[in-house]
Amino acid sequence: MNSPSIATLELQVNGTRHRVAVAPEEPLLWVLREDLGHTGVKFGCGVAACGACTVHLDGQAVRSCALPVAAAVGHQILTIEGLAAAQGGSGKALLHPLQRAWIAHQVPQCGYCQSGMLMAAAALLAHTPKPNDEQIDGAITNICRCGTYPRVRKAIHAVAAGAFA
Amino acid sequence: MKRRTLLIGSAVATAGGLALGYVGMAAMGSGRGLPASAAAPGEAILAGWVKIGEDDSVTVYLPHADMGQGVGTALAMMLAEELDADWPRVRTEPAPGDARFANRFLARGWVLQNRQIPALFDGVIDTTFGTIAGFIKLQITGGSTAVRFTGQSGMRITGALARMMLVDAAAQRWGVPAGELSTAASRVLHAASGRSLRYGELAAEAARLPLPSQPRFKRPGDYRLIGTSVPRLDIPAKVGGSAQYGIDVRLPEMRYAAVLATPRHGGRLVAVDPAPALAMAGVERVVSLPDAVAVIATRYTTARRALAALRPRFEGGDESLSSERLFAGQRAALESEGKSRVAIGNVVQASVDGRQRVDAHYQVPFLHHAAMEPMNATAQQAEGRFSYWGGTQNLLWARSELAKLAGLPLEQVTMHPMPLGGSFGRHGLPEMSNHIPQIVRLAAEASPHPVKMIWSREEDFAQGAYRPALSSRVQAVLDADGRPLSWEQRYIDTAGRNEAFEIPYAIANQSIEAVDHPHPIRTGAWRSVSHTQHGFYTETFIDELAHAARQDPVEYRRALLPAGSRLARVLDEAARRSGWRSAPPAGRARGIALVESFGTAVAHVLELSLSDEGVPRVHRITSAVDCGRVIHPDTARQQVEGAILMGLSAALGEQITVQGGAVQQRNFGDYPILRMAQVPPELDIHFLASEGPLGGLGEPGVPPVAPALGNALFALTGLRIRALPVLPQLAASASARRLAKATTS
Repeated sequence: MNSPSIATLELQVNGTRHRVAVAPEEPLLWVLREDLGHTGVKFGCGVAACGACTVHLDGQAVRSCALPVAAAVGHQILTIEGLAAAQGGSGKALLHPLQRAWIAHQVPQCGYCQSGMLMAAAALLAHTPKPNDEQIDGAITNICRCGTYPRVRKAIHAVAAGAFA
Repeated sequence: MKRRTLLIGSAVATAGGLALGYVGMAAMGSGRGLPASAAAPGEAILAGWVKIGEDDSVTVYLPHADMGQGVGTALAMMLAEELDADWPRVRTEPAPGDARFANRFLARGWVLQNRQIPALFDGVIDTTFGTIAGFIKLQITGGSTAVRFTGQSGMRITGALARMMLVDAAAQRWGVPAGELSTAASRVLHAASGRSLRYGELAAEAARLPLPSQPRFKRPGDYRLIGTSVPRLDIPAKVGGSAQYGIDVRLPEMRYAAVLATPRHGGRLVAVDPAPALAMAGVERVVSLPDAVAVIATRYTTARRALAALRPRFEGGDESLSSERLFAGQRAALESEGKSRVAIGNVVQASVDGRQRVDAHYQVPFLHHAAMEPMNATAQQAEGRFSYWGGTQNLLWARSELAKLAGLPLEQVTMHPMPLGGSFGRHGLPEMSNHIPQIVRLAAEASPHPVKMIWSREEDFAQGAYRPALSSRVQAVLDADGRPLSWEQRYIDTAGRNEAFEIPYAIANQSIEAVDHPHPIRTGAWRSVSHTQHGFYTETFIDELAHAARQDPVEYRRALLPAGSRLARVLDEAARRSGWRSAPPAGRARGIALVESFGTAVAHVLELSLSDEGVPRVHRITSAVDCGRVIHPDTARQQVEGAILMGLSAALGEQITVQGGAVQQRNFGDYPILRMAQVPPELDIHFLASEGPLGGLGEPGVPPVAPALGNALFALTGLRIRALPVLPQLAASASARRLAKATTS
């Protein structure tokens, strides 16, 4: 059996440049979690089915468990840990409007899928500021076993209506 | 000694502060009843579950796992209410997995209420009053017990006692009678002199006082926290990505493990050639377990890749076992007499007297918990100590099991409980804990390094501990007016004690029997346990009887329920709120079902239509819930929302199937969990004003969903749903599609 060759890759994560020595085909998820400590990005299925691992690549929602890390080189990667700062602020005072809506609507239960939910919702609103229910259905295909979907929908609509601007 | 004193414990002073020590353990002679790590200088442990700092911070120790149910906030509220604590200064921490945090209030709740003890705990508790077998192992989350037992019997008492001690300390300092003092927002007040003292200033003195023998509780009218929806304490970390679960544990020099167990349940590993894995850079060991093979490597992805390169040979299990064979076997087994569970009146005579017989056979499939956090565990065995990081619903059992398997004394095993990314029962029972022996062996192999084992999602599906696949046959005889004279039922029994077979309806002649039909597939508790299947049997069959009698399903049920009972109340409330008496919009129909479980009664009315392709669209679910006083209205609603959607997901499309003795489903692609687009637009949930005993909330919303769905489908199409899930049946049913066209055109 051949071991994969290791390459030194440069990644831009939440505005910070990192160099990692990994196999280029290794899923981005595990590099973010184990090498860079972004454990807010979650492993759920490994086959891009559940969305727990959703991050942004140049503003697009992607499922990092099925994306080779080499494919992320040269792109801006945004994880849940960087979502607040991406609003132009820093620290806990300035959360993303979706994060504030999530707190106001008390969305999470176990919370495990919520990083992915928030990243999927943030990408949706970036492209479709006022989504209707069908557009939410189409964009939020993440799985939540706790059943937070109704609150996710309400929180997205609340942000779209400007309640957390 | 008074029992209450024994249960609560005594005061212990610590350097720089006061500690109301944990437990009657001090009194029972085990030395200081205070977990050594719990109180730092300047802090005081009050009555075991609360710690007050000199800075007025109040820390509530939670003896239950956080697996999403928001229980931490509700329990902290119950304690803070009686303590009169300043809520913004209240925080929670998981109680260490330590015998001194054993949850005697769980046991006490059962003993004193002398009612429905969740079967989840069979084996650790002897129900005879006073003798609690394995008392020390009670630090369990499950059976919807947290608020109604730990909260009612533990948190409120602890908060009330701590408040009384703080008041006594202030009374001594000021030389005034305690009766002149009041408390508010973490201060003791003396209205006559205008003086006040912060709890932090009094904690050390309070710790030196004797523990009051009788807690004085607030009147419900004086509640300031209970009944309000304060924001959950755990949510900010969960929206920022900083919440840490077991899978997120990172330790210096940590190794990673991937594992593959025999796909055929009950099988064993015969041989594996480790060479292909060991040839890979970063692979440290290939470990042969009795029924599995594992790879330890410096990276998780390396371990996964190396595991995939192995060709383990497994034997054993039952290769001939399939879901079809299992259900056929159950159907045959139901022809034989079982163990009598209910025998009332004379069902044979009723058969002679009756005018109409109704006879139905039901079956439900294996279900997977499919928590979003895949099964994982982290452990380190080094220098004679064993440390464990992970989520569990049964912390003290896990600790004692780890000690036993590692061959170490209990004191050498340290638990680091982590929040669970969902569980729904998966981490509940010992026989479901198939990851525990694996991590003990892997920790020994990786020693002195810590090792984190993560199951792939495919392994998580293949090695589940499923809600069992089960069947039941029910027969009834109706009199000339359509009233049931008899109810005869046989059901396939489950491994643990079944607590759900009783029917709530007043029928004079009943015979209910349990039939054993063992198989090697690993099964266990799934959200609402036996109520999932029995709710479906009972509430579908009573609906069948109503239709056979040509009567309205709501009126038919009401005539058979005790007037004023929780079930009768939720039946009427759900019917009223759903507009049951008015016709549904064209092309839609409604179904109702109601189940009382874990002390809470829930009725759902489900309104649906069918697409041209025969796919149901659920438009609205109206729920009425009677759980006694609601502690935290918003988390209560969250739990019912989640229970409804999990129940709907399962009833629509979920099933684990077995072929060749192995589970066929591999990942979410072939196990369709409800997604956003399928969620009913309206979840209309109503909690009844109620002052009765507190009921649980994590589970009771699940059982009525499947029968309400089936009953609505029958009302719409005439197709009776006697097996779950419904989607494959509807897809296969040409008549359902024709009926759908007929009703929508």
